Formats: sequence, structure tokens, C-alpha cells
Amino acid sequence: MRKPMLPNPDEPVLPAAVFNRRLFLGAGAVALGSIGLAACGGSSSSGGGSSSSGNATGTVTFGSNASDDVPKKAFQATFAAYKSSGGGDVKVNTVDHNTFQEQINNYLQGRPDDVFTWFAGYRMRFFAKKGLVGDVSDVWQKIGGNFTDAIKTASTGEDGKQYFVPLYNYPWAVHYRKSVFEANGYQPPTTLDEMVTLGQQMKKKGLAPLAFADKDGWPAMGTFDYLNMRINGYDFHINLMGGKEAWDSPKVATVFDTWKRLLEISQPNSLGRTWQEAAQTVAQKKAGMYLLGTFVGQQFAEGAERDDLTFFPFPVVDSSVGADAVEAPIDGFMMAKRPQNGAGAKHLLEYLGSAEAENTYLATDSNDVAVHKAADTSKYNALQKQASALIAGAKSISQFLDRDADPTFASTVAIPAFQSFIKNPADAASIAKNMEAQKKSIYQS
Amino acid sequence: MTAVQTPPQAGPGTAPVRRRRRPVTRGRILLHAFLVITSLVFLFPLLYAVYTSLRPYAETAKYGYFSLPRSLTFANYTHAWQQSRVLHFLVNTLIIVVPSLVLILLLSSFVAFGLARFGVRGGKWLLIMFTAGNLLPQQILITPLYQAYRVWDDQNWVVAHGAFIYDTYWGVIAIHVAFQIGFCAFVLTNYMQTLPHELTEAALVDGAGAWRQYWSITMPLCRPPLAALAALEFTWIYNDFLWALVLMNTGDKRPITSALNNLRGEFFTDNNLLAAGSVIIVLPTVLVFVLLQKQFVGGLTLGANKG
Amino acid sequence: MAVSTTGVPTGAPAPDVPKRGGKRSAHRWTRRDKFVLALMIGVPTLISVALVWVPALSSVALSFTRWDGIGLDSIKWIGLRNYREIFTIYPPFYPALWHNLIWLLFFLLIPTPIGLFLAVLLDRELRFTRVYQSVIFLPVVLSLAIVGFIWQLMYSTDQGLINAVLDKFGVAPIDWLGNPNLNLWAVLIAASWRHVGYMMILYLAGLKSVDPALKEAAAIDGASDWQTFRYVVFPALRPINIVVLVITVIESLRAFDLVYVINGGRNGLELLSVLVTQNIIGEASRIGYGSAIATIMLVISTVFIVIYTLNIFREERR
Repeated sequence: MRKPMLPNPDEPVLPAAVFNRRLFLGAGAVALGSIGLAACGGSSSSGGGSSSSGNATGTVTFGSNASDDVPKKAFQATFAAYKSSGGGDVKVNTVDHNTFQEQINNYLQGRPDDVFTWFAGYRMRFFAKKGLVGDVSDVWQKIGGNFTDAIKTASTGEDGKQYFVPLYNYPWAVHYRKSVFEANGYQPPTTLDEMVTLGQQMKKKGLAPLAFADKDGWPAMGTFDYLNMRINGYDFHINLMGGKEAWDSPKVATVFDTWKRLLEISQPNSLGRTWQEAAQTVAQKKAGMYLLGTFVGQQFAEGAERDDLTFFPFPVVDSSVGADAVEAPIDGFMMAKRPQNGAGAKHLLEYLGSAEAENTYLATDSNDVAVHKAADTSKYNALQKQASALIAGAKSISQFLDRDADPTFASTVAIPAFQSFIKNPADAASIAKNMEAQKKSIYQS
Repeated sequence: MTAVQTPPQAGPGTAPVRRRRRPVTRGRILLHAFLVITSLVFLFPLLYAVYTSLRPYAETAKYGYFSLPRSLTFANYTHAWQQSRVLHFLVNTLIIVVPSLVLILLLSSFVAFGLARFGVRGGKWLLIMFTAGNLLPQQILITPLYQAYRVWDDQNWVVAHGAFIYDTYWGVIAIHVAFQIGFCAFVLTNYMQTLPHELTEAALVDGAGAWRQYWSITMPLCRPPLAALAALEFTWIYNDFLWALVLMNTGDKRPITSALNNLRGEFFTDNNLLAAGSVIIVLPTVLVFVLLQKQFVGGLTLGANKG
Repeated sequence: MAVSTTGVPTGAPAPDVPKRGGKRSAHRWTRRDKFVLALMIGVPTLISVALVWVPALSSVALSFTRWDGIGLDSIKWIGLRNYREIFTIYPPFYPALWHNLIWLLFFLLIPTPIGLFLAVLLDRELRFTRVYQSVIFLPVVLSLAIVGFIWQLMYSTDQGLINAVLDKFGVAPIDWLGNPNLNLWAVLIAASWRHVGYMMILYLAGLKSVDPALKEAAAIDGASDWQTFRYVVFPALRPINIVVLVITVIESLRAFDLVYVINGGRNGLELLSVLVTQNIIGEASRIGYGSAIATIMLVISTVFIVIYTLNIFREERR
């Protein structure tokens, strides 16, 4: 943004009194003052404590991506409870959600906070492998018994050590409004064929069968994940995510073919629609079903509208594979590699891995469900109870494509590829071939 | 359009022409009408955003955004002000903008003075280097810059003295200064070249050294471009978000361009709230623009009586 | 960038950067003066080199490596492989190049002439000319993120103004931002909204430097407004036209914020700068790959920077 400046000494633009040397010097003084302020506010204390040094009940810094009101308050409540149960102060550094994730590489290499929010899965293992996060296996010694094996696996790095302490998770499922189904006499489908048939019925009634939105690129991953798990099984899916299977294999081709059937009953123009807008079409009874995480509930008005919301698990496609895999991303915490207050960080993590912490958090933020075996589920709303049951009954839990796969692959390859597929389903074969070529380039060590 | 009379130009050496009362011809009226319509078309998107910001969310959710107002409210503004903590982030921005501005003007005027008033061999190439640096896309610089900051911060003596630059205002100010010096140096060099040499010669005869010539003689004459540059640089630095995004860690320290993100919920986006937030955030630049409008617009021109 | 010596009164010797110090006076620089001057030029140069040029050249070097941005010891030299992959198996690359080119052509053909037209209209003694100029220039001071937000209020499929108006006329909602055949044009209109004011100001400055005697002479010779403009004014605008060309090219190459804010730069809105960002900022960490795309951008920019600087040299020699 450059502009030419054509000098004109003959035409003074400001009366001399206004912009004179005094003003310049005055501005200079302000600048120096600001510089002083910047210097004061700038440097943090010298870093480099080992993870066992520090005061267990001293101040712990906490990096949080919970910039929304509700989760922010939930954390505040949790930390207040931590303090009153004997813990120290927690200094929260809140960064807005998207920026936190976008900057995570730089954040971890810089001087990160002692404890910070993050996600389970490959996304976590990636940083563990790079040596950017701290080993919390000793915390797991104490809290390990409170979580299922599936959760523990999701919290474990490739070297067998734990790097992650979970807080909550939420399942992805096909949501719908009870009243709409009842009014039309629909039954929640248990197989994909039933769902397609149901979709045709809805179409005849002028109801968009499957709400669908992929402007942000990631929502479509949910559909792919479930189709892949239902057709090829959980292990194949995880291997595909890990780069160990080929994207242009016949197994994946079947997934795309099946997806074509779903696209026929999905809302058109999905690439211009955000998931919030799609959810609102369900709330407004313009669409019948929506595959999304249970956070979709936030788009429904509290009260009758939200109570009307329910879901059924993603249907069976291949009866030999069944439907015992659930996509349920887990959110939780990790520790910095060299925290300022290592003892305090571990003390906090131990607390955060307790039922009390989860109860306190979920009391304020009721969009997710706890992972702790002994968490108090009595105060759950209907949706939470359903979600909890779904996850509890799952044999395997996946974390969502962008948390299970290499982050570069997920954002630079998967998102554009799925968007291309949605635009031109007939191109599935060439899209898959290109995905495989790029995957090879990205996943080589 | 009918022909429009051009006013007689003053010849060199005569007094500047006084504005004549112009006849209100049909041509003039049409011209004004056209310009008014054009201006309204340009203002429209902004006005629509302001309109949206004044409407309560419940109303637009019910009737849609394109509807007549049933009630107007400032609630979005108070809400945006509090939730996005605009004042806090505005202070952050000022902590970045003001020192950057002063340093940029100072350093670029140094270079301009050195190059314009005193022969430096290869001065032109230096100027080209500065200008070209300004034309680079920011993305080219960002990763090595971040790594450089990080490596610096890892040095033992830096850690010992707490002289970090990552996640500090100083670090962001530094890159702003380096990035913008080029443009300002070029402008000021050109401007200083046109200053008559007699002034500095007189000073030389009086025995003034280089610094005196710079500070006491040349700089006061450079008010017009300095003012224009100050106005422009304020806008550019204010509106930047990439440097602070990458070179800072702490959410609370980031400048105002981040404040808008705080209003964008992870799950829920209230467009009316965002509109109010956007209006609040653009106000300082609009204010600077209005106050220094002559510098932005009129001050960048050559007088008609030159030549 | 500035127009160099236009507007210098004809007949006066064109000032230039003196080759040797003070050739008009017999003054000899003291050691102290030389030291001060060395500092005055040296310090900013050092800052610029250290924080701008060294990183820029490092990026070029990084484009020949494979690196995830974590730890300097994991940088691996792989030669031209990044470039090969970008040119062969990277689907967004050619669309991005194409979109940048469309961006440039659109800017050159529409907002730039409109800016010139408005400048010509406003370059006369007109009441309220300042007001008109300010209104048209106002979008330029807004941050692009906010411009993006404002225009999304207009373009949104379900909630935008344009579709709401069309709905009143019975037209079905158009997917302005999601339809890959439409969204680039929609964004270009938003970008032009800003570019027009920018161009207008540049041309206003340029027009003011056109010697009015030339215009008078043409008027005396009986030339119409259009003829005067075409044969007298426009050629005299050559220096400013060079500036306009270079700025427009650079802006088109660097276009980023608008598309990023709208949909992250995908599905019809791919641009080179976005591809760089997608690979180096965020969780994707293909620093080498992103640097390669950035280097390609740099090479394209350099062509125009060279054209511009050569022109400046020629101007100064005149």
C-alpha cells in the first residue's frame, strides 16, 4: 500500500504553529514513555525451570483457547475451585480460539504457559514427538484409573508415555428435532439404506434431508470419518489417518462412492454455508437431519427448542463392521516442555484430571460430557445423557480427521480435496490419486 | 458533459488566484449530482454496517437484516465495548503505533538527509534497496523472522538479562520500523532533494555541523511530507495484524486487530455485535483521517502555481 | 514509492543526489560530521537489512529445504523438490496463479480507470471537492479484515443484503461466496471499492503536477476536453502511471486479507499469498514448501520492481 508523495514546499499544509518541533519533541516524549511501558510489559521472567522445580501451590500460568464466554467462565469456576481445594493461583492467558490454534507451533517454541488447552490424538502426539510438550506420565500414575483405556490411548504418545490430561469430549452424531420426526412419523434409521430412504421421503415433503455446510472446510471430515469407519473399520481408518494406507485404494474409493449417495440427499450449495447456518436450518425445521458434534446444540434457543434436539448414532453401512466406533474428540490439557513452575503445573493437572474439576467445568459449560469414570452425570441434560451413553458404549473412539491425521495433510490436502469432491463427485478417482501423491510427500519422515 | 471552464492560471511570480464565483451551469449541477451519487454508493456498505450495528440481534434474527427497524439500540456497542475490551487493546495498539511512528520518521529522515543533502556513493542503490524491501509480501519474512527472534531469546545472556524480543512490544515495533522505513525514506529523499541548497549553505558558512543542519534547518522544512507520512503510517500500522499474530504469544498483549476476533465466538457469531465492534475499531483511523485529511488528500499535491 | 522529479519548475536544473559531498560549496566535512552521517545512514540500513532482507533471503534459501519449523537442526536440503511438487501435484497452485492474474487485470481495467476518471472530475475548483475525495478515499483507511466483514454482510447467502433485495424481486438466493465461479468476482468488487479511492488519490496528485500551461495551449488550439486529456494530459501522467502500475501489480500479488477472512482462501478464492500462509502459519508446518511459493511470488514481484526502479533511474537522468 504505497502512495507517491509529491513534495510541495510552497504550499504549507499546516499552520506552522500546529506541527512544530515542540510537537515533534512532545510526540517523542510520548514515544519514549510508551517504549518504557513496552519494555516493562514486554519481558517475562527468565525461563528454564525443570519440570519438578517450582512450588506446587504457587502460581501456574495457563494458556487457554477458550475465548468464548461460556467456556471462559467455566474455567474461571474450575480454577476458583482448585484454589479453594488447596491449589495455587492460576494466571490465565486467553487467546481467541482460532488464533491459538493457528499459532500453536510458534507458541510452543516460544515461551508457552505452564499448562495449556489442547486436543488428544495425532495432533498431540505430533508435538510430543517433537519434544515440545512435557511428559505427564507421573500425573497419570495417580489419575489413570479414572479413565477408560480408550481415553488413555488417546492421551499417550508414540513412546508410550502420557502427554495429555483429558477434560471432556463430545460425540459426533446425526441430530434431528424430535417434533419434526414425530409429526411426520419418521423413525431414526439404523442402516445407511434406511437413512437414504428416509431422506427421499423428506425431500418429497420439501424438507432438506441432510443439512450440510462446508464453507470452513472441516465439517465434511465428519462425514468422511464415519463412512470410512463404517465401511472399512476403525483400524483401517486410523491407519489411513496415520499415512499407512493409500488414499487411492479401492477401500477408500468405496467410501467416496457411498458418500455420493449421501450427497444426493444433502443440502446443495454447501460450500457457501457455515455450519452455524446449517444448524439454524434444522432449528427452523427447514432441514431434517444434521451430522455434527453435539456442540450444534448451541445454535438452538434454550428452552423448548433445545429440548427438542436429539440424535441417533451414524447408521450401519456394513453389518459385518457394525457401528461400535464413535467419533468423539477429546479436549484437555498439556504441559509445556520446560514450565516455569513444573511442580505447580503437575499439581494443577492432577486436579484437572479429577471428577471434581470436570463437574465444576461442566456445570457452567454444558455442551460436552465428562470423561472421568466417576463424574457426576445426574445434572446432565437429556442431550448430555445421550452423548455420555453413546461414548460409553463405544468400542473405539476416533478423534476427527484433523486431530487424527498429520496437521499439514489435514489442512492443505484434505480440506481442498473434500471441497473439490463435493463440487464434482464424479472426480473422486483423480482427487483420491492426488491426495495419495501429496500424502506421500507430507508423511515421509 | 458540457464543457467546463478552466480558471485562468496564475503565471509565475503573480499572486495566487482568488477563487472566483463560478456560474451555476447545468454542467456543474450534473457534475455535482454524479459525484453525490458516487459518494453515496461508496458510503453505502459502511452505512449498512453501521445500520446493522444499531439493531438488536433478536430483531434481525426474526425479520432478517434487510428490514426496516422496529427499534434501534446502542446495546451492541456497549456489549462490544465490554466483551472485546476495546480500550485495552486500543492501548496496546497505541503502545505499538506511537513509538513505531516516531522511530520510522526519525530513521527515515536520517537516511533521506544523508542521501539527499550529501553525496553518498551508491546512494541510489541504497534507496532502491529500501523501497524494494517495502514491496515484499509479509509472508516472505515471517518465518525466518520468528526463528530469528526465537534464537535470540534462547541465548544465555539474553535469558540472564531478560532482554527477550519474542512476545514483546519491542519485537513488533522493530519489524514495523524496518518494514516501513523504505517507503518513508524514499519519499523524504525526494522531498529533501527539492529543498534549496542556499539554506544549508548559509548554515555551513555559519559553521553548522551535519546534525545542526539536519535538526534545525532541514527537518522544520519537511513538515508537509512528515505530516502526510505520519497520517499514512498510523493507518497502516494500526491496521496490521500479521506481525503481532506471529510475534506475540500473550493474548492480552495483542493489538486491536485481534480484538475483533474476541467477538467472534467459536460457536456463535452475532453479526450485529461484530458490526458494532468493527465500527468502534475503525473509529481511530477514521478520526486520524478526518483530522489530517489535508495531509492524506490535499497535502500530497504540488501547488498549481508551480511551473 | 514516489514520483521522482515531476513538478520541478521547468527551466530550473533538475536536482539530483550529488555524487560527491556538497559540490556547490567548498565546505569540507569534519570527521565528526562524517561520523554522524555514517550513523544516520548506517543505522536504518542495518535495521532494514537485518529485519527485512536477511529474512527475505533466508526464505528463498528455505525454499530448497524440507522443514517443519520446529528446531533449526531438522532443516533438510532437498533441492528443487518443493518446486517440482508445487508445479505438479499441488492442486491450488495454478488456480492461485490464475486468480492473481485475474485480480491484476480486473484492477487495471476497472478500479484504476474509475479512479483516474474521478480524479479528473475532482481536479478542478469545485465546491465540496474535499468531501467527495474523502468519502471515496475512506475505504482505504479501513483494515481489510473489516472490509471483508462489511462485504460479507452484503454477500452472505442466507443473511446478506444482496440476496434479501433479490428475494423481494423473486430471485432465488445466489451463493455469492460459495460458488467458485462467482466468489472471486464478488471479492474483486469489494477490493475495488477500496482500490478506487487509492487510485483516485494517486492520480489527483499526478494531475496537479501537470503543467497547466500545456492544457491552456491545447485549449487555445481548439482541442476538446477529451482531446486535451488524451493527447496532452495523459502522456504527461506517465510518471504517475508507472507508479500506479507498480502499485496495482504489487497489490494484486499481495492480496490476502479479504479472501482469508471470507473462507480461508479456498474453493475459488485461492491466491498465492494465501497458499504461503496455509503452509507456514497454523498447524500446517511445511516451511520449505511455503517458502517456495513465497519465492515464486518474490520472483514475480522482482520483475516489476526492476521495471519500476529502471524507470526511476531514467526519470532522474532526464
